[in-house]
Amino acid sequence: MAKAVESSGELGTTSPRPLMRDLKAVGKKFMHVLYPRKSNTLLRDWDLWGPLILCVTLALMLQRSSVDSEQDGGPQFAEVFVIIWFGAVTITVNSKLLGGNISFFQSLCVLGYCILPLTVAMLVCRLVLLAEQGPINFMVRLFVVIVMFAWSIVASTAFLADSQPPNRKALAIYPVFLFYFVISWMILTFTPQ
Amino acid sequence: MAAVDDLQFEEFGNVTTTPAENPDATTINIEGPDESPMHQPGPPRGSGGEEDDELLGNEDSDKTELLAGQKKSSPFWTFEYYQTFFDVDTYQVFDRIKGSLLPIPGKNFVRLYIRSNPDLYGPFWICATLVFAIAISGNLSNFLIHLGERTYHYVPEFRKVSIAATIIYAYAWLVPLALWGFLVWRNSKVMNIVSYSFLEIVCVYGYSLFVYIPTAVLWIIPQKAVRWILVMIALGISGSVLAMTFWPAVREDNRRVALATIVAIVLLHTLLSVGCLFSFMCFGVCLSWTWHLLQESSGRADGMAPPSGICKVSH
Repeated sequence: MAKAVESSGELGTTSPRPLMRDLKAVGKKFMHVLYPRKSNTLLRDWDLWGPLILCVTLALMLQRSSVDSEQDGGPQFAEVFVIIWFGAVTITVNSKLLGGNISFFQSLCVLGYCILPLTVAMLVCRLVLLAEQGPINFMVRLFVVIVMFAWSIVASTAFLADSQPPNRKALAIYPVFLFYFVISWMILTFTPQ
Repeated sequence: MAAVDDLQFEEFGNVTTTPAENPDATTINIEGPDESPMHQPGPPRGSGGEEDDELLGNEDSDKTELLAGQKKSSPFWTFEYYQTFFDVDTYQVFDRIKGSLLPIPGKNFVRLYIRSNPDLYGPFWICATLVFAIAISGNLSNFLIHLGERTYHYVPEFRKVSIAATIIYAYAWLVPLALWGFLVWRNSKVMNIVSYSFLEIVCVYGYSLFVYIPTAVLWIIPQKAVRWILVMIALGISGSVLAMTFWPAVREDNRRVALATIVAIVLLHTLLSVGCLFSFMCFGVCLSWTWHLLQESSGRADGMAPPSGICKVSH
């Protein structure tokens, strides 16, 4: 999965930088998530760099600015990080217990990559929050979050649904719905201090 | 000859027999007047697809019921062992949820829906959904109450989730454990016809919590009377599911013990729902007040007095 930044190929020649290749693979998977159709690129060449980048970005943007706010505020960086990874692991274990034939890391890869629309929603929300606060502000953010939430669900279903036994698809998809719903809720209720 | 037939009749391990041939030997754990038709003596049936599936499915569970009253065939450190707890289809989960919402007097939830195939999918995900439903709608209702106040600063109240999760998961696992232990102890003293395994009790408790999910969502309505009515209805439904499930398990016992058990089950359930409602309505205020009490007692005087009036709910 991860290769050294520079490696010497055979007979002393330096091969072209594999870092670019990895970045291109990550970018290609981003495109697959943004335009979901039934393909198994995400499943075949899975990697966890994309999910890591997305998770760190989202957690950085969601953390509350003051460490000891007097009222119970939003989540800390570590809390968001733990929720995302713990949630993804729980969903993966659940789908494997139900009899799905997807490997552990493939499932983590798909779930992580499908957070991309919600990360975009978070960026848009932060930009919208720079403007004046009010009901219109909230409506715009609500609309963006709902659209991106639906996008995430559609994308992950397109990749994950085929690996489940046919009479248990709904049982495997529901936790994914709950997972993205909770993340969307955290994004929607984010307020800057 | 009759002797040879008897011998063949009892070789369960080698000969594949349909339940129609040996009707009486299969029912050990659960008995009752309204047994499913396949357990009654009668001509062997060559019936349609659905009934065949049911026959085959129950044949396996009947066989293993004889062995140990349990379905586990793999050792507990393998993955397959845990897969047996998730051996449910979508329609089965929906049926069980429907059964928990519509308690019919006389119909036992365990016997009707679970049928020795207890699953952990329902209890786990119903509890997870309930945790988030309570946290999110509590947050929303707080927001709606203070809507329009200039001085109110919205906070997402993230701590609610972890505390709600602890309480609900503890209830869904520890109370069935205690109840199962109690029933096993009483079973050793008084022979009960009906006895439940630990997983079946966890299953009943998990599915009985489902009715609280729409209740929690409807709690957003800021009227106190509406909230109390909703709690009463939810308590009535889930309490009756629990009572009707466990009454057959204790009715053989001493009258007082049986009644005390049922009352204790319903009381704990009431405690959970009323406790959730109160914490829901007053959580943010109570938490910050407790926090400041702790701060002041530890010597750090922040100068924050506890707010006057613990719960602020519009009537």
